Amino acid sequence: MKKKTIISHSFTHLFIIALGLVMLYPIVWMIVSSFKPNNMIFSDPSLIPKAVTLENYVSGWKGYAGVSFGKFFLNSIFMCVVAIIGNLITCTMAAYAFGRLKFAGRNILFAMMMVTLMLPGHVTTVPRYILFNNFGWVGSYLPILAPKFLATDAFFVFLLVQFMRSLPKELEEAAILDGCSKVGVFFRIIVPLSTPALVTTALFTFLWTWDDFFNQLLYLTNPAIFSVSRALRTFVGDAGAVSNWGGALAMSTLSMIPLFILFFSLQKYFVQGISTTGLKG
Amino acid sequence: MREKSGIAKFFRRNGAGYLFLAPWIIGFLVLTVYPMIYSLWLGFTDYDFTQPNSTQWIGFGNYVKMFGPLFGLSDFTTATGEVMRVDPYYLKSLGVTFTYVFASVPLKLVIALAIAMLLNQKLRGLSFYRAIYYIPTLLGGSVAIAVLWRKLFEKDGLINGLLATIGFTNLPSWITNPHFSLWTLVLLSVWQFGSSMIIFLAGLKQIPEEYYEAASVDGANKTRQFFSITVPLLSPVILFNLVMQMISAFQAFTQAYIIGGGKGGVLNSTLFYTLHLYLQGWTYHEMGYASAMAWVLLFIIGVLTFLIFKSSNLWVSYGAGE
Repeated sequence: MKKKTIISHSFTHLFIIALGLVMLYPIVWMIVSSFKPNNMIFSDPSLIPKAVTLENYVSGWKGYAGVSFGKFFLNSIFMCVVAIIGNLITCTMAAYAFGRLKFAGRNILFAMMMVTLMLPGHVTTVPRYILFNNFGWVGSYLPILAPKFLATDAFFVFLLVQFMRSLPKELEEAAILDGCSKVGVFFRIIVPLSTPALVTTALFTFLWTWDDFFNQLLYLTNPAIFSVSRALRTFVGDAGAVSNWGGALAMSTLSMIPLFILFFSLQKYFVQGISTTGLKG
Repeated sequence: MREKSGIAKFFRRNGAGYLFLAPWIIGFLVLTVYPMIYSLWLGFTDYDFTQPNSTQWIGFGNYVKMFGPLFGLSDFTTATGEVMRVDPYYLKSLGVTFTYVFASVPLKLVIALAIAMLLNQKLRGLSFYRAIYYIPTLLGGSVAIAVLWRKLFEKDGLINGLLATIGFTNLPSWITNPHFSLWTLVLLSVWQFGSSMIIFLAGLKQIPEEYYEAASVDGANKTRQFFSITVPLLSPVILFNLVMQMISAFQAFTQAYIIGGGKGGVLNSTLFYTLHLYLQGWTYHEMGYASAMAWVLLFIIGVLTFLIFKSSNLWVSYGAGE
């Protein structure tokens, strides 16, 4: 009986691994192909390159319009860092208000925030663009980064509200009896105890900012401020033709490294974020 | 006790709440409420981004422009006297998007649930396997993967290379063939079943083992157990995944944009709704029309979400599962 379980489990393991390999094959192929000479990439399905070269990385790194990929990476990292700071400050503040404070109109405002969770972004895209254009912000990071300081990512507010509501009320009451103000409670109790949810918020802010394309396409109009995603698009010509496949695959591979590192070092926060609020990856 | 003035009292009671909520309130008013009202208005005008000063109210003109071809219209005159031409590609983009949503969402959920059940067997290395299956979702939304997808499904791409090694000849270019191009995008979407899978896994873990044991004792086979224990108990999670995946599928943009090289692909076979909206608003500067399109999208998503929730009375159980 026990032996049978072991055998059936081994089959399950084998099946899971085999299926996983099939799923990951395109990604592995991309990584391997980025090291193949440009003329050997085409339709060579093998995962073992016949010749290894770094020429794709050299040609891809040259970037676009005289701006190298090094600059694009710095731009993306800059955007992610600022976006994380903005979201951590303002989403946490909003979540504290919704989750732990009592004030007139709280329930109706919370309901409105929940509606914005499901609102397709495209309804506000055109007016926002006109608004930011009037501010003279098109062609800068401001249209992408300024909203992060106004708690516009409702998903994170919701995630943090859920988390803060689960914290014990007693700590807060004790602190208030000791003469701590509501602001004091926020900084000394709520923020430190919410660390796991804050890590999840920072992580997904990074992921979404790094991967976002639509907003970057609209607002990053000058190659000097291109992000990595926006710059990768320049490999694909207007008719969809790609001249430098090697460079495209090489830079695509590089663009994924930060995501891999974060995912494998902080997997538990990913899973937590997705399974508690349905944050999509 | 003396009553203080109303305002002071209001602030003493509510001040902290509004202080902490201030950034959100400003953002909500400036970046959500105002834009929504503005875009509703824009949808009834011929606002052109390059000449905003000549904007005119055209009533339902933009909406007739979208749905006119349904009634055989080509040119029409708005209530305000402007002659307009219907949009010959709108219904095509709507059809492409509906096909994409109705094909990719159910497939993705079925696969996500199947994999979640496969992994939910108290196996060693679960978190490693879960990570492996999540990787396509982690990376899939990026421009990098969209570029890769183009490469995979081109005439001389990897997929045809693989098919050739097992003897297929005369293979099409999947990306530029209007019969297949949309399905490569459906496949790309289904490949990213990771978040739904993680949510299903969390839901499956909530189902007590005893239910299955009791059912086995009563002689219920695995299929029976699946339909009378797993599905009902998981139905709230299925509902959640269905709604969230549907909403995001309607808004898919990046993959179609990259694969079509910034356009709708051959014969507009991958002209997603949001891609069409983008082209109208930003390539042709027809921002009034783009706003109207956005409102129709909101309406469609709203109606479908409502219908799903309405139907959930029939198939979602929130009880203890007895």
